[in-house]
Amino acid sequence: MRLQLLIPAAVAIALAAGSATVAVDADTSATTGRDIAANCANCHGTDGRSRGAIPAIAGQDKAYLVQQLKDFRDGKRPSTIMQQLAKGYTDEQIEAVAAYLAKQKPK
Amino acid sequence: MSYSRREFLKAGSASVALVGLGGCATMVGGGPKVVVIGGGYGGATAAKYIRMWSDGKVDVTLIERDGEFISCPLSNLVIGGSKGLADITVPYGGLDKWGIRRVRDEAIAIDPAARTVKLAGGTTLPYDRLILSPGIDFIWEQVPSLNNAAAQAKVLHAWKAGPQTVALRRQLEAMPDGGVFVMHIPKAPYRCPPGPYERACQVAYYLSAQKKKSKVVLLDANEDVQSKKGLFMAAWNGRYKGYIEYRPNSALVGVDVATLTAKLDFDSVKADVLNVIPPQHAGAIARQLGMANANARFCQVDFLTYESTAQPRIHILGDAIQTAPLMPKSGHMANQHAKVCASAIVALLAGQEVNPSPLFANTCYSYIDDKEVAHVASVHAYDREKKTMIVVPGSGGLSSAPTAQEGIYADAWARNIWADMLM
Repeated sequence: MRLQLLIPAAVAIALAAGSATVAVDADTSATTGRDIAANCANCHGTDGRSRGAIPAIAGQDKAYLVQQLKDFRDGKRPSTIMQQLAKGYTDEQIEAVAAYLAKQKPK
Repeated sequence: MSYSRREFLKAGSASVALVGLGGCATMVGGGPKVVVIGGGYGGATAAKYIRMWSDGKVDVTLIERDGEFISCPLSNLVIGGSKGLADITVPYGGLDKWGIRRVRDEAIAIDPAARTVKLAGGTTLPYDRLILSPGIDFIWEQVPSLNNAAAQAKVLHAWKAGPQTVALRRQLEAMPDGGVFVMHIPKAPYRCPPGPYERACQVAYYLSAQKKKSKVVLLDANEDVQSKKGLFMAAWNGRYKGYIEYRPNSALVGVDVATLTAKLDFDSVKADVLNVIPPQHAGAIARQLGMANANARFCQVDFLTYESTAQPRIHILGDAIQTAPLMPKSGHMANQHAKVCASAIVALLAGQEVNPSPLFANTCYSYIDDKEVAHVASVHAYDREKKTMIVVPGSGGLSSAPTAQEGIYADAWARNIWADMLM
């Protein structure tokens, strides 16, 4: 829900500032998945390339990542910490981060 | 929003002008210039991510006075004896492949009108955007008896990882069995809310194996345990029963350095090893120019960009900032601040809109012994009305109990976050 609200807000801000272009908003949304994936990097490695026991998530199938995150959020997949973290993300944010991570090289 | 379209264009044209001037190609190149002061969890991450996300188009110079990075997270394990300093030390050379210019020096003054930073070594560096990630300084004036070098060599803080961490370990090793390790915790806010309680566990871990007649006395200036209370109390009443005496509302009013005695309002406590964590404020470089504008201690920032609310084009990260509600002063948070800031600076220098909805997570692991670990986690999203980061309702939580599995994850967290900032 949050993501759907913010795009009109960005348009409104740009309009208010006098020279709105669609390109500006497109640029913002293009980096949305990247910026959310930067949340994951602390534990899962830069762009999801993990070096340790925490699973690597770079280059995973997008649909798989979406499903895992939703399963954590809904309590269907057991975890130590991911259930608690996944509850902080909307469906749209999960889609955006999964799309970005799926495009990253595993190594 | 704190940036008008006009400001985006101004930032954009400034960078175009700089690109135009870049004809005299130097090592650094001709892109817009970002100078980062401080190579810790905030600064090193910002330097790398600006290079990465600008595809190398923004010149980044990182100023750091130390030759290698030593992590505060996990440093309590050095005091407990299960890790050595080498295990928590990472060289800075891994940043070179990102094209970051590294300067080993200390920033001493900023000229915001000229947009330059002066270094102790005499160099003056120009910037389009300046990032300060200086961490904390101690407010020694509030502990007058320790406000001299001799006292500070005897009564250690070990609250900046490095030589003091090793020195405190040595004091603990030299303590006779039957000795008392006394630690003082300052009033919040301080760096790393669970850190002192984790340290108490690590000292008790060592004592319970090696010096069973000894104990830890925790003098907390706060009225209660500041983080992971249930988890720590369970350890103190369980595996460490008899080793840890917790005394809330125990603000330090003085120290008798000669006898290692902590003086409280109505009492005094004699130590064999005395570890005083002093009250803290933002690092010196961020207290200049009116930037420490929250109780004259910490720096208020715009949470969309981490730009100082007092000085345009100067961004502040990590423990030096006045944090948002329920946002701890932690290395993990500093790394997250850095990425929001990097995203915003890359956008601003390209004349684009900054991300209007930053979102990030905190994950904090505490080691109860050498293997078992417990966490606290939260997710924070930007609230446009309140203009701050707010914990997303329903997100986050704590471990139900420390486990060895989380110990493995905590080690992996450290490896990955150190690589995320330094490799």
